[in-house]
Amino acid sequence: MTQQAHNAAQSGAAPGRTEPTMRVTLEIWRQKAPGAPGNFETHAVDANEHMSFLELLDVLNEDLVKRDKDPVAFDHDCREGICGSCALTLDGKPHGPRARTTVCQLHLREYRDGAHIRVEPFRATAFPVVKDLAIDRSSFDRIQQAGGYVSVNTGAAPDANALPIRKLAADEAFDAAACIGCGACVAACPNAAAMLFTAAKVSQYALLPQGQPERRERVIAMVEQMDREGFGNCTNHYECEAACPKAISVTTIARMNREYLRAMLLEEPKRAETSV
Amino acid sequence: MAQDTSRPRADRLDSKVPSGPMAERWSKHKFDLKLVNPANRRKFDVLVVGTGLAGASAAASLAEMGYNVKAFCIHDSPRRAHSIAAQGGINAAKNYKNDGDSVHRLFYDTVKGGDYRSRESNVHRLAEVSVDIIDQCVAQGVPFAREYGGLLDNRSFGGAQVSRTFYARGQTGQQLLLGAYSALNRMIHAGRVQMYTRREMLDLVVVDGIARGIIARNLTTGEVERHAGHAVLLCTGGYGNVFYLSTNAKNSNVTAAWRAHKRGAFFANPCYTQIHPTCIPRSGDYQSKLTLMSESLRNDGRVWVPRKKGDSRAPADIPDGERYYYLEERYPSFGNLVPRDVASRNAKSVCDEGLGVGPSGEAVFLDFRDAILRDGRSAVEARYGNLFEMYERISGDNPYASPMRIYPAVHYTMGGLWVDYNLESTVPGLFVLGEANFSDHGANRLGASALMQGLADGYFVVPATIASHLAGRRLGAVTTDHPSFAAAEGDARQRLGALLAVNGSRTVDDLHRELGKVMWNKCGMARNEVGLKQALQEIRSLREAFWQDVKVIGDPHTINADLEKAGRVADFMEFAELKVRDALERDESCGGHFREEHATEDGEAKRDDERFAHVAAWEYRGAGQPETRHAEPLAFEEVKLTTRSYK
Repeated sequence: MTQQAHNAAQSGAAPGRTEPTMRVTLEIWRQKAPGAPGNFETHAVDANEHMSFLELLDVLNEDLVKRDKDPVAFDHDCREGICGSCALTLDGKPHGPRARTTVCQLHLREYRDGAHIRVEPFRATAFPVVKDLAIDRSSFDRIQQAGGYVSVNTGAAPDANALPIRKLAADEAFDAAACIGCGACVAACPNAAAMLFTAAKVSQYALLPQGQPERRERVIAMVEQMDREGFGNCTNHYECEAACPKAISVTTIARMNREYLRAMLLEEPKRAETSV
Repeated sequence: MAQDTSRPRADRLDSKVPSGPMAERWSKHKFDLKLVNPANRRKFDVLVVGTGLAGASAAASLAEMGYNVKAFCIHDSPRRAHSIAAQGGINAAKNYKNDGDSVHRLFYDTVKGGDYRSRESNVHRLAEVSVDIIDQCVAQGVPFAREYGGLLDNRSFGGAQVSRTFYARGQTGQQLLLGAYSALNRMIHAGRVQMYTRREMLDLVVVDGIARGIIARNLTTGEVERHAGHAVLLCTGGYGNVFYLSTNAKNSNVTAAWRAHKRGAFFANPCYTQIHPTCIPRSGDYQSKLTLMSESLRNDGRVWVPRKKGDSRAPADIPDGERYYYLEERYPSFGNLVPRDVASRNAKSVCDEGLGVGPSGEAVFLDFRDAILRDGRSAVEARYGNLFEMYERISGDNPYASPMRIYPAVHYTMGGLWVDYNLESTVPGLFVLGEANFSDHGANRLGASALMQGLADGYFVVPATIASHLAGRRLGAVTTDHPSFAAAEGDARQRLGALLAVNGSRTVDDLHRELGKVMWNKCGMARNEVGLKQALQEIRSLREAFWQDVKVIGDPHTINADLEKAGRVADFMEFAELKVRDALERDESCGGHFREEHATEDGEAKRDDERFAHVAAWEYRGAGQPETRHAEPLAFEEVKLTTRSYK
């Protein structure tokens, strides 16, 4: 390719790929600060069906800046569906209409020309709005800090193959470990429960031999922290699984409940407490 | 700049590489290093900036040892660092496959793959600790892929002829990062790490020539904060977003490294950029980033273009004889598994010949037809299911039915702040880890080696070498009341104010996109003297345009993504010039730095070892002054300098 053609491709002159092919109307939640009153603001935006939803917000924001208006705040980073930053509810659905897809990976080909889309942050008491569509999910971090780890110091590990693990158990642990911590499960739950999120980590370690020594303490600590953060209870709606972009299964919740019951009923109280 | 920094001198470019037999150097060095008594460690505060693989693993490991750690990340949670997006895997010289791998072979492959522009001793250490990394991660409960016998599975990866890559489906980076994050969480819970989220480092504070703190902005409240410590660890990733479009996350930036550079840390080899061969081609001008698909796809996918220009038949209708499997033809022994730079340049060259496919003509096919016929769809799905799904989601095409279209994109940067064998920069007390440093990958990084290096630096190298600074120097008490903090904070505030004051007519993204085009066209996959000289002029005028015409609005006392971006792009505008100068001065081709004037007859990179077997380390000399280029000669004692050949 000539330099000129190369430049043209860089500047997006490929035919028919950049022109707006559709126009959508966004009704977007605006909120200046935590606890401040919020309201919906309406914007019509020219779009192209190959755009991702966040690219649509980019286009809107560039336009807002040009018009001296405050751009819409939203969290995003990898735009590949893995970092878990983006957290938008579209027309009442966390991450929008496409199953197993984060909103950064949702493309406008899912919508028709003229579509009207309501854009909100993930809503939950434990996820206060920071600004507009950006929320505070530090409650999730604190649940992990309470027990979401295997206590092994750097350098103390045995050879990696010293401990064979059944492939099926490893695969199932992986399925649980795929959680990206976005919070869609909480936003989708009528009770704003964080059961799926917490259960995913509890399951990962419960399935693996590395997780066994702290199995009891872990589930108790994580569940207690989850309750302290103000998340609701699970009443088996399964909305969490439906909204999860990584398809984490509700069977993890059943496992966590078993783990918790086992920890509370069937085992001795913490030995550490009696022996110190 | 009001802050007092004693300028580093050229003689500080001392690599501190230990002497003796290569395989014993790291052990010897660890023995020779001073130690900090366990009871004294709690007296030292270590600031860790960035919580990706390098930062999270370093913060956790140092806290476990007893140091006081403060960790900072720009995200709402340390789990979101861009390491999370790495897909393919992590190398380790375990030789679990009994296929002849060894520490020496991993070392050799990495030096050769880096086209002989890395420091042998560092690379050997990397290969040595690679085995410990896998042990550590497995002990943390990282769910690596396993075989039915319960032992760990491996696969081969671009640029290697052995299977030494450990993986967790296509989400290895995620699982490794969540492992390091869990270790970090454990230390946060224990009160040994104070975690500061949504913080951006805006400056390094140097007191009496030693790094003693940082200035950070709270991205939620806009507050500018001072943090003091006895050492600063930069684990802030690479500079790929200087190209605007790259596979990096949107918030990845060069700011922390660049501000440290302006306080005295030399910047090494900024011209080295890795262009990854298997990315999804861009679709339009609104495109905000590019998406990579793991090059593990090249294990089973075959890369081709039609032999006939403008062949408009559906790919499945083009018979084998009319397909040009150019990597297999040009490189019979490595085939589709040639290193990334070779694969990328070949994709470009066939597209330049007019054989490219897709609407833009800037794409080649990656075809799984034969793998599906050979192993069955379910086997292919088990290996690459999530990648196929990702492709389908972005492109709208089904890769099980028709081949993927791929094109190279900027992915990783081998250059970074110069560090010695201890990972210490030219500013004493400032350590640089992971992609942010320059040390291990030379001019080209092999696949599955970034995760290895980030974790090597964080889990195993810095926890040992930081004692050289903490125990080896007299570190007086420094608080945030020191005038250097006030000066640095003043600079940071003044800069934020300046960005808001311009109030021009062009958006930050608009200017960034333009910078990206200059960089991609003139300092991208192929470079030449004429283009680079033009780029210097274009960058300078663009920088002027930025400071005259950028429009940044909004409140600095709340989340203001526009202001954050503006600061980062302003730094990219300065960094870009250094990158182009480095590319211009390095008048040879090596690895990812391909100068069109220096190619073999086959179109391969032609090194000039006489003149350029060295690291270029650039010294900042003040605003408007040209930077000074220093050279650290590279000695090759173990791996003989040869022309890379993957034929």
